[in-house]
Amino acid sequence: MLYREAGQFKTTYDADQAIFPIAQDRWAVIAFAAIAFLVVPFFVNDYWTNAVLLPLLIYGLAALGLNILVGYCGQISLGTGGFMAVGAFASYKLMTSFPELNIAIVVLLSGGATALVGVMFGLPSLRIKGFYLAVATLAAQFFLVWLFNKFGWFYNYSATGQISVPERTIFGLVVTGPTAAPWVKYLFCLSFLALFGLIAKNVVRGRIGRNWMAIRDMDIAAELIGVRPLQTKLSAFAFSSFYVGMAGSLLFTVYLGAVEVTEVFGINVSFLVLFMVIIGGLGSILGSFLGATFLVLMPIFLKNFMVDGLGLLPVLAKHVEILLMGLLIMGFLIVEPHGLARMWQILKEKFRLWPFPY
Amino acid sequence: MLFFIETVLSGLMAGVMYSLVALGFVLIFKASGIFNFAQGVFCLFAALTFVGIMEKTGVPWPVSFVLTVGVMIALAWAIERFLLSHLVNQEPIILFMATIGLAYFLEGLGDLMWGSDVKPLDIGLPSGASDWMLDTFDIYVEKLEVVAAVVAAALVTGLAVFFQKTRIGRALRAVADDHQAALSVGISLRTIWVIVWSVAGIVALVAGIMWGAKSGVQFSLSLIALKALPVLILGGFTSIPGAIVGGLIIGVGEKVAEIYLGPFVGGAIENWFAYMLALAFLLVRPQGLFGERIIERV
Repeated sequence: MLYREAGQFKTTYDADQAIFPIAQDRWAVIAFAAIAFLVVPFFVNDYWTNAVLLPLLIYGLAALGLNILVGYCGQISLGTGGFMAVGAFASYKLMTSFPELNIAIVVLLSGGATALVGVMFGLPSLRIKGFYLAVATLAAQFFLVWLFNKFGWFYNYSATGQISVPERTIFGLVVTGPTAAPWVKYLFCLSFLALFGLIAKNVVRGRIGRNWMAIRDMDIAAELIGVRPLQTKLSAFAFSSFYVGMAGSLLFTVYLGAVEVTEVFGINVSFLVLFMVIIGGLGSILGSFLGATFLVLMPIFLKNFMVDGLGLLPVLAKHVEILLMGLLIMGFLIVEPHGLARMWQILKEKFRLWPFPY
Repeated sequence: MLFFIETVLSGLMAGVMYSLVALGFVLIFKASGIFNFAQGVFCLFAALTFVGIMEKTGVPWPVSFVLTVGVMIALAWAIERFLLSHLVNQEPIILFMATIGLAYFLEGLGDLMWGSDVKPLDIGLPSGASDWMLDTFDIYVEKLEVVAAVVAAALVTGLAVFFQKTRIGRALRAVADDHQAALSVGISLRTIWVIVWSVAGIVALVAGIMWGAKSGVQFSLSLIALKALPVLILGGFTSIPGAIVGGLIIGVGEKVAEIYLGPFVGGAIENWFAYMLALAFLLVRPQGLFGERIIERV
């Protein structure tokens, strides 16, 4: 009744090609964005920002990046943790070498540096496919983490091997470091996510995105109709790594502040982000966000439920948490292998016919 | 020179251990096209169960071994019944993710059932240096690794006989060759899958015992899966000889590189060297050493 496009006529090509052609969708998204930008910042406190919102935004960005590669271009990558580490260390080196550089530019440049590294490790994808490629990208993961751990230049020869972020401001507001206000951090990350989410949405609708999808569906056939595999695959790697690198940079500069590479950017992160992409929905921008939301909130919920609700010991709860996560993931894949985005779509279809489905 | 031989030998022995883990991967991938990431956790879970049964009931190790084999078969059945049968015909990546979910689940389950502390595994396997080798050739060889090599050889021989000579083995090969053709001549895919996962579970148990005897049964055992992956892509996902030869190459390559190349770049290159070696190799031969030739059609 409420969600029905009957009577909405499109009289221009622009209207027909809009990202959200249905007016209700458009208004819902605008309302959601307005709340996220204008209302939430007044209510966030330290706990909410650090425990929920920042990981959600940052992992959302990383999942978006990986989804471009895995969901749109069909190249499985298990090197996400390593690429995030590149982003983090690039921003550390940039911030310490060029103190006058604006933090937003630092984040962008770190993304650029990661894109270069990503292209380098994407080169084998021209020759290797499928799971062989997935395992080959693990080389990136292990090599990059080893590199940042081994060579002092990357962490400015600090005694602990940790990198910690200097204080930076944007528009006179402190964004990084311990004194930054929660709402500033939140808005900073949210702006990046919103802007680059919009860019990604438009890129995958355009020529580049269609090339990626052609390669994903069948690379030989795509090659025959004139899609160049080299440019297409490498551009997917570059795009994806750019996003992942920015996520790594934000994770380090805004969220954590201090990072020890083997702990924060280990192989687990690669799997976590891949889970977000798959549970959210391969080849869906919305799915990346849904997946990130699900996997960030679920452990918090489980932990609170078991430790506070049932009174289990934290150690025991940790084991149960791992077990339940495994169960949930398997259950999810059985119920809906195409992810949360697909569920959302089905829900919308149902809602269109509601309350008279026949 | 002697030192070099010693390095190569210890590399070969370590390679055998990798091969043991890689074998389980290959069995499952061949028969069902599933890239089973849980294989490493299988090893951990099997070893935990093995040690756990011995600790709790005090039975001698052969009894515990048989019981654990039973547990692994039950597990294989449960996996087929509750997980795989619901995911038939899904994309490979979905199945891969499901096995990662399975890995989490088993890890949590193993810890819950048997506790997460490091358990020593002592079933009377010999350890220490082999005196005979030390006296005759002046070469240091770990006894346990020799045992592992012998066990691995026996296991591979057993598997080869099983695959070549028995009815079930022939059915397994038929399924590996062509699912649909196998179905049409009356081979039950579901039974075959249960058998394959059981065999992989038993291989995992053997690998888990060997690794457990070497370094104690602990969480890090599940990470040996990561060690087996480069072995797999080097040897080819579908080849049992590939897993063995790949394991040996990776084992030797890793040890030699660590000793002769490591000092130049700051050491600890064991973590990624195997991957780089496999990656470089794949660029020349994308299907791995013994993998089936990849034929692509539009």
